[in-house]
Amino acid sequence: MDIRKDLLYSDQHEWVRIEDDKAFIGITDYAQENLGDIVFVEMPEVDREVEAEEAVGVIESVKAVADLFSPVSGTIVEINEELEDAPQLLNEEPYEQHILVVSMSELGEADDLMNADDYARFCEEEEQRG
Amino acid sequence: MRFTPHSQAEITSMLQDIGLNSLDELFSDIPEPLKLKKELNLGQGMSEMSLRRHMTDLSSKNIHTGQYPCFLGAGAYDHYIPAAMEELLSRSEFYTAYTPYQAEISQGILQSIFEYQTMICELTGMEVSNASLYDGATALAEACKMACEATRRNQIILSATLHPSYQAVVKTYAMSGKMDIIIAPEHDGVLDLEQILAMINKQTAAVVVQQPNFYGLIEELEALEKAVHAVNGMLIMSVNPVSLALLRSPGEWGADIAVGEGQPLGNPLNFGGPYLGFMACMKKNIRRLPGRIVGQSVDTNGKRAFVLTLQAREQHIRRERANSNVCSNQALNALAASMYLSLVGKKGLKDIALRCHHLACYARDAFSRQGIQLKHEQPFFMEFAVKVADPPQVNRKLLEEGIIGGYELEDALLFAFTEKRSRSEIDQLVTSVGRINNE
Amino acid sequence: MSKLLFEKNVPGSNAFSLPPCDVPEQDIAIPAKFLRQTEMALPELSEVEVVRHYMALSHQAYGVDDGLYPLGSCTMKYNPKINEWAVRLPGWSCLHPLQAPETVQGALELMYETERMLCEIGGMDAFTLQPAAGAHGEMTGVMIIKAYHQHRKDERRKKILVPDSAHGTNPATAHVMGYQVVEVKSNHRGLVDLDDLQAKMNDEVAGLMLTNPNTLGLFEEDIEDIARIVHEDGGLLYYDGANLNAIMGVARPGDMGFDVVHYNLHKTFSTPHGGGGPGSGPVGVKSFLSDFLPQPVLIKEKDGYRLDEDRPLAIGKIHSFYGNFAVVVKAYAYIKALGSAGIREACQYAVLNANYLRCKLKDYYEIPYDRLCKHEFVATGRWQMEDNGVSTLDIAKRLIDFGYHPPTVYFPLIIKEAMMLEPTETESKQRLDDFIAVMQEIAREAREEPRQVLEAPHNTPVLRVDEVQAARNPVVRYDKS
Repeated sequence: MDIRKDLLYSDQHEWVRIEDDKAFIGITDYAQENLGDIVFVEMPEVDREVEAEEAVGVIESVKAVADLFSPVSGTIVEINEELEDAPQLLNEEPYEQHILVVSMSELGEADDLMNADDYARFCEEEEQRG
Repeated sequence: MRFTPHSQAEITSMLQDIGLNSLDELFSDIPEPLKLKKELNLGQGMSEMSLRRHMTDLSSKNIHTGQYPCFLGAGAYDHYIPAAMEELLSRSEFYTAYTPYQAEISQGILQSIFEYQTMICELTGMEVSNASLYDGATALAEACKMACEATRRNQIILSATLHPSYQAVVKTYAMSGKMDIIIAPEHDGVLDLEQILAMINKQTAAVVVQQPNFYGLIEELEALEKAVHAVNGMLIMSVNPVSLALLRSPGEWGADIAVGEGQPLGNPLNFGGPYLGFMACMKKNIRRLPGRIVGQSVDTNGKRAFVLTLQAREQHIRRERANSNVCSNQALNALAASMYLSLVGKKGLKDIALRCHHLACYARDAFSRQGIQLKHEQPFFMEFAVKVADPPQVNRKLLEEGIIGGYELEDALLFAFTEKRSRSEIDQLVTSVGRINNE
Repeated sequence: MSKLLFEKNVPGSNAFSLPPCDVPEQDIAIPAKFLRQTEMALPELSEVEVVRHYMALSHQAYGVDDGLYPLGSCTMKYNPKINEWAVRLPGWSCLHPLQAPETVQGALELMYETERMLCEIGGMDAFTLQPAAGAHGEMTGVMIIKAYHQHRKDERRKKILVPDSAHGTNPATAHVMGYQVVEVKSNHRGLVDLDDLQAKMNDEVAGLMLTNPNTLGLFEEDIEDIARIVHEDGGLLYYDGANLNAIMGVARPGDMGFDVVHYNLHKTFSTPHGGGGPGSGPVGVKSFLSDFLPQPVLIKEKDGYRLDEDRPLAIGKIHSFYGNFAVVVKAYAYIKALGSAGIREACQYAVLNANYLRCKLKDYYEIPYDRLCKHEFVATGRWQMEDNGVSTLDIAKRLIDFGYHPPTVYFPLIIKEAMMLEPTETESKQRLDDFIAVMQEIAREAREEPRQVLEAPHNTPVLRVDEVQAARNPVVRYDKS
């Protein structure tokens, strides 16, 4: 399982890359592995205001479905439209494909996210719980 | 009668293998106070011969449309059913099968649903269809829910000319608290356009109209379609599938969702069910469509194959996040509908629709010769209402003369004319109504 | 795989003709703007070609009449043929739903009597036959619960409790009806965890939806305590009757404290599943809820039966007419054929068959709760998965090669690699023994020649279907272009 050192992670298996006040948000390798073949991503609308941990979209595989949460508060400023026609990219290159970009309203929220090591431990615990 | 194959010796040996001494021990996990201490009061089991007689006797207490000509419509229609259908529907590979979750041994059922979906799309002029819902009214209620989700609004405007039972069912579904229902008034049997246009606004999730409407009349929808789309709401049409061979389709009107009662397509009247609700929409809303959907794909050898698809919408996967709880549909009735459409074919369906219309026009002229007035002055398809002084009384007398009369409105009777009605039956109806009404 | 109807089309070919028209064929009395402009690409075929088409499709389908169908929670029992005969009587099939009551007394009597028998079987006081399927019954039941609380002005109740082992329809129904779903955990014995239930039950909970026996096939032995906990805080207890076959004639949900129940006539009462429907999901209630039943309500008066539409407290209408009447006719015939003793016996043999199967399979497949079960039990493919990389899905597909329909797989969700087996009472010991031998053989293959299982099925008209492609690029209708 691939966990990138340069990213932050949520307990909902999203990764976050922060550039200035913008948070690029995608799903982790662990998440795509568990979901299986992703067939559809339901995107939120651009300009929508979101609270941290609010459900903003849905990711569907053939046999499972998962809510997509925004780990940070702010305004959605961009969605990755490429995924609408090619959802499999989330399986193929989860860390190259962000799903949305949030212009953060509370920069401090980044401190609540996990670093790579913490996230690796978190995944291990999830595995053991089954 | 029993349908269990066990001999006493087998029961004994099976119990032994389980490590028990009696059948009663199989229920030792049920707390003693909860065990039924008496025999159920269901009577003695009947032999097949007795049951046959009993069912014959009981069903003979009814008067059915095979005995008396039927002029009742109002949502269920006495159309002709081709003989081949009963034979084909008796194939127990179809009727004793479960939902086709195991695609490899269910290609026959999956393909039949794929063909059904295609034909529903053709009829309605829409892009995608599901595999059927319970009936016309529940399909409409599901469509209203779907429109609320798609638009993230909750106001549904129902036309007053929508079937009263359909209005009632949508209102019941609105107990969820997720839909606000308002009724747009009618004028001379059709929508009061001015009023409904004034009701449409940015809270409107959808406007629902029936075509032909409950009184059999044809609604003008052009201005309505423009108005509801101008506020990004949806147009939902509830349509009679046979009428679509003749009338402008929901697709041609610009509807977003088309639903309707599929019973007229080869399904017996059966005292109201099982029927099937069909539902079709445009491709962009396919993932909001409730119920099962069959898709085309390939198998591991690259051969065309069919499979239940988009299952992540459904309750067994989405559970408390699902927007519909539907799982069973009306597969066998949908199969009947596609067999019917295959047997009557493209030309046959047009012929049937035209014949119904011609018979209705003949009846209209005959009524007017008798001095019986139509309730509404609007174009109709195969059903219309005529004014009578005492509708229940007219119906009672018609029944005495061996005719199943019309649907009772306050001051009128709503009559339907299918291709099964003959000129002489219509003449008799018209003469009798004229006479009874003058008595 | 057969060609599609549309690929067999012969333009101009026709299987149907009307009798000559004996009224004037006037011009269409409908303005042109209301007429259809586009063509419909419906089939054009002769009758024999249509018949052959559907015959070919029937050869690629598999029903209970073809063999053992051990789908857990689906109760795929034999569908007696006399019922199919009975339902075709014109006295049923040719009845218009809006005919005058005096012309449909036989139909109303059959419905009334069915309601009475369903009350008796469940220990309930009143029934409606209108729900068209189990999920529709659940929705009706939850509406009744909602109407009851609303009527009492008890507006705080926004939650419905559902066990984690529940059918997906339970949480979906509660959600669709505007409730927040709260999941109750199962304990180590596979039953509702009473502590968790107690912790989650309060005056914001409208009710608990429960299947008993549950989806693991285990009887909820603490049902009296469960009922007490829910009732003490003013909640109602809902019985999902999917598994009624396991207790009918032996115990009754009404006696256990359930306030609202639904049955599945297409499971317990032998009406065929039709390839996915029609079903029928009658709902029964205790007398204090009977005013909330959907209208019309069937009543018996001295001069006959009638449908009462004047029900001020009713939740409303839930169906265009009265539900799937013809399905009810079949269930009625079934109960009449079996009678009191036959109903109980069917239940006993269903439980006997399930336990026999469980005992015979436990050396070959993991059985997470290996104790007395009711009409079904859960085994898993976990050993095969861990030892040989053979999944439950592979085992299911391999069963097809041996002529069996697979069991329900990957449900309940709380068990990994689950397969849920429900043989039903209509399977003989010989059938079960054959099936057991096949399951043992597949377990051997998984160990010794796993490819046989991994690549199954081998003998079907199509092999495994690419579900990912189907879902990514949905093609749901034939398109000539």
